[in-house]
Amino acid sequence: MNVGDPAAPVLSVRELRVWYGTERGPVRAVDGVSFDVRPGETLGLVGESGCGKSTLGRGILGLLPSGSATDGSVRFHDRELVGLRQSEMRAMRGAEMGLIFQEPMTRLDPLMRISEHFAETLHAHEPDLSRQQIDSRSIDTLRRMGIPPTRYRHYPHEFSGGMRQRIMIALALVLQPAFVVADEPTTALDVLVEAQILAILHDLKRNFDTALLLITHNLGIVAEACERVAVMYAGKIVEEGDARQVFSEPAHPYTRELLRSTISLSTTELHYIPGAPPDLVDPPSGCSFHPRCPNAMQVCPRIDPVEVRTPMGERVSCWLHGPEPLIPPGGTAPLQRQELARADEA
Amino acid sequence: MAVVAGSSGSLRRYALTRLALVIPMVLILLTLVFVLMRVAPGDPIQSALGGKLSPAQLAEKRHAAGFDKPMIVQYLEYLRQVVTFNFGRAITDNQPITTILRVNGAATLELTVSALVVALVIGVPVGLRAGRLRDSAFDGFGRLFGIVTYAAPVFFVGLIFQLVFSKWLDWLPNSGQLNPIDQAELPSHTHLSVIDAIWDRNGAAFSDSVKHLIMPALTLGLLLCGVVIRLIRTNIIQTLKGDYVEAARARGVPERRVVLRHAFRNALVPVVTVMGLQVALLLSGAVLTEETFNWPGIGNRLVSYLSNRDYVAVQGIITVFALAVVIISVLIDFVNAAIDPRVRY
Amino acid sequence: MTAPSVAESGGGSILEPTPTPSDRRQGPINRLWQQVKQAQGFSKWLLWVGAAITVIFVVLAVFAPLIAPYGFDQYTSGGVRFPKQAAPGGSHWFGTNVRSVDVLSVVIYGSRTAIEVVVLAVLFSLLVGVPLGMISGYYGGWLDRVLVLIMDALFAFPYLLLAIVIAFLLQDSVGSGVLTAAIAITVIYVPQYFRVVRGSVLSAREEPYVEAARALGARPRTIMGRYLFFNVIQSVPVIATLNAADAILTLAGLGFLGFGIQPTQAAEWGYELQRGVADMGAGLWWTSIFPGGAIVLLVTGLTLVGEGLNDVLNPVLRKRSGRPVVLPRRITRGPEENA
Repeated sequence: MNVGDPAAPVLSVRELRVWYGTERGPVRAVDGVSFDVRPGETLGLVGESGCGKSTLGRGILGLLPSGSATDGSVRFHDRELVGLRQSEMRAMRGAEMGLIFQEPMTRLDPLMRISEHFAETLHAHEPDLSRQQIDSRSIDTLRRMGIPPTRYRHYPHEFSGGMRQRIMIALALVLQPAFVVADEPTTALDVLVEAQILAILHDLKRNFDTALLLITHNLGIVAEACERVAVMYAGKIVEEGDARQVFSEPAHPYTRELLRSTISLSTTELHYIPGAPPDLVDPPSGCSFHPRCPNAMQVCPRIDPVEVRTPMGERVSCWLHGPEPLIPPGGTAPLQRQELARADEA
Repeated sequence: MAVVAGSSGSLRRYALTRLALVIPMVLILLTLVFVLMRVAPGDPIQSALGGKLSPAQLAEKRHAAGFDKPMIVQYLEYLRQVVTFNFGRAITDNQPITTILRVNGAATLELTVSALVVALVIGVPVGLRAGRLRDSAFDGFGRLFGIVTYAAPVFFVGLIFQLVFSKWLDWLPNSGQLNPIDQAELPSHTHLSVIDAIWDRNGAAFSDSVKHLIMPALTLGLLLCGVVIRLIRTNIIQTLKGDYVEAARARGVPERRVVLRHAFRNALVPVVTVMGLQVALLLSGAVLTEETFNWPGIGNRLVSYLSNRDYVAVQGIITVFALAVVIISVLIDFVNAAIDPRVRY
Repeated sequence: MTAPSVAESGGGSILEPTPTPSDRRQGPINRLWQQVKQAQGFSKWLLWVGAAITVIFVVLAVFAPLIAPYGFDQYTSGGVRFPKQAAPGGSHWFGTNVRSVDVLSVVIYGSRTAIEVVVLAVLFSLLVGVPLGMISGYYGGWLDRVLVLIMDALFAFPYLLLAIVIAFLLQDSVGSGVLTAAIAITVIYVPQYFRVVRGSVLSAREEPYVEAARALGARPRTIMGRYLFFNVIQSVPVIATLNAADAILTLAGLGFLGFGIQPTQAAEWGYELQRGVADMGAGLWWTSIFPGGAIVLLVTGLTLVGEGLNDVLNPVLRKRSGRPVVLPRRITRGPEENA
């Protein structure tokens, strides 16, 4: 577990890039991302479909398919993960870092009992455990998730979607990893089950001090469950800070537009962001959001925005917040642009 | 396949349900056989023996065999025969059909089971490796091997084997199940010469029967091998992409175990079913193999009875073939249910 | 081309080209061709080699009279009888068989027979199997159940036996030629097309756009013809090619057993092999090896095409081009213009 300074981040990501090769050229799924996660903290990662969130989650754990390239730095407890040997990476997965997937229905081997799933996981990292030890630890973790011990030896198809997700979470947690990535854990589940899962994740924090990266496109979950939030667009983090702060006073136009698009009981008219998510092979020049930004200025398509800290302590990459000295003369004038081309539906 | 939230269905319940579903299929097959046999113009007696016996004798035989009764009566007679497993006697050589089935059927069984073993022993490892090392040289050759073994007709492969191993190298006997001496001496309990030889503790007969079995089994086995390789390869490619495979990797399970335990096992599950579907292929191939090696199996007899227009014998044999296919498919389903917990009603 | 979007379904496939509406507007043949062109590596090789072999045989078949040195049943020339069972060489490159017929000519004319029978059989099977499958899949009900039962029964039957019986029965009415063989083979393979088509229709039937069409009042014929047909057509090329390969083997099997095409009607490889068995015993190899080799080649060629097509068209098996990518050095872009 964590030694030394309790406030030191469990995970430190700096300028991480993950690009894939395709026929058209490299896809810049993650294009220079930096953030920290501290023990016991939940960092929400939001963005539209297609912004690279899932790639980021998998990239941290080293679960990318062949044909991808990674650079930058991912420090876990002061250990550099980028470039680490596969065998060492594998040893860390499950034991020190966990991943909870989105679609629970297909994530368990249909031919194996739940007990065997646990035995396999525990054996992979602690080969000297006895059968009793394995069973008692597994059943204990399952009980915390609300799965009764009587169902320990059942097969996956005998459980509902919500229960399978809880089993997946139990599997991810049985070795008590210090850092967990949850990739849209509740997207495939109904609202009631969602609430239960969120409660479980909340308990993680309390009981184990787990650092959690919660990836989602649902802003409501973020508001409910996260202390801090990072907003991602086109492979980059455009805004990051305290969740309440970001939601009440969004600094980046994209965050603002996202919040306005959320539907609540007080919504009278649907708001949407015109245009479509950017092409990650050939993203727009300068600030990638400029074609869809209501506040776009002359400087926006010309120069990549620089990250600044707002007075409230947030990080944001937007020319609206400066830094002033770097904006060329006339750069702050509103951007004239042609009508958006025919909108491809995402 | 029913996905049941709740307890895993009992195997017994599954067995009963499955058996119940078999009856309509069997009826249709039997009707099919009956119709096919009656479609030919004239009647069976005429076709088989016409020209060899006088008209009076023919009429007598016809009456004895029941071919002058109305169609529907014949049909019911036929069904009764099937249920009591008594198919009468062949017209041309007066042999009881059941004897033919027992003696020659055993030989065919010996051949087909050996061929199946050969196919699996060669095909499964090749298929697994080819799928795992996809697009590698091994994969390429493995697939080509699978394709060519299927493309080469069974009788052609048999001929080549005979040429090489019998004629040129003189290692193995050309045809038959046993040499005539042992054939006469060996008491036949099961008519599976290898088993009989073991039963009788007859070393010479054992090695002789094995030598006779090698080429035919290898020939037919190679044919199936191609199917097995292709199937397993496709499955393994699919399972390696599976969600649960990725999830296992995310938990730090060693790659070797991921491949062997998760991918391989799941890849093999449909194999049982598909192999069951290949019974038709197996039997057809057996007929050709038996012709090539003069193996005293049912296929061999069937072909000669057909050439002699002995419809009664043909009907009996084909009926058994059809029933065999159905029974095997039911068996396959049982095995499937035993392996895959999802498949129990 | 289409813009890849980061699909975040749990399928583990992070990046997959999303079909945009413009994809659908391309005709299905066009789309097929696009995918074929994108094929990579071994699959591509498979496809082209198989196609080459098949084309060679088709050429042999079509131009047989021009290519073959002698007729398929010819045992004399200029009043002189050909040598019997002569070894390859001289004016008979593949030797002669027991009937004094030139083996090379038999092989070439054999391809004609094979291609004829197979083309007819596939055509008939399609004409019967596809509509039956579509109707059965679309309407369901008792008709569907009966058809499925019959097709399953046919499918379960050992195919060679069925073919023999049918060939037998048709012998007296249609004769022992190409047509009989084609019909016998059709009967065996119709259930396969039926099944595949029916399966396609069953899944396509539940698609939202079909439901929408129905809601708008489209007639069943329109729905089947316009929407379902193209979906169904996707799976047919692979099946048809693999079936063609099978059909040649069945034809040869029939010939070998003596229930196929008679040598006076046309040259047929299986029949030659049956005659060749006796020759083999005497050590005469050329009467079996050449026709047998032709079977192997043609069937392999067709299978390669079918397998290649399957690799290319089947989305599960399609290998994403994991082209390794090199990350460029970081440029801290300053206030200058950037591209």
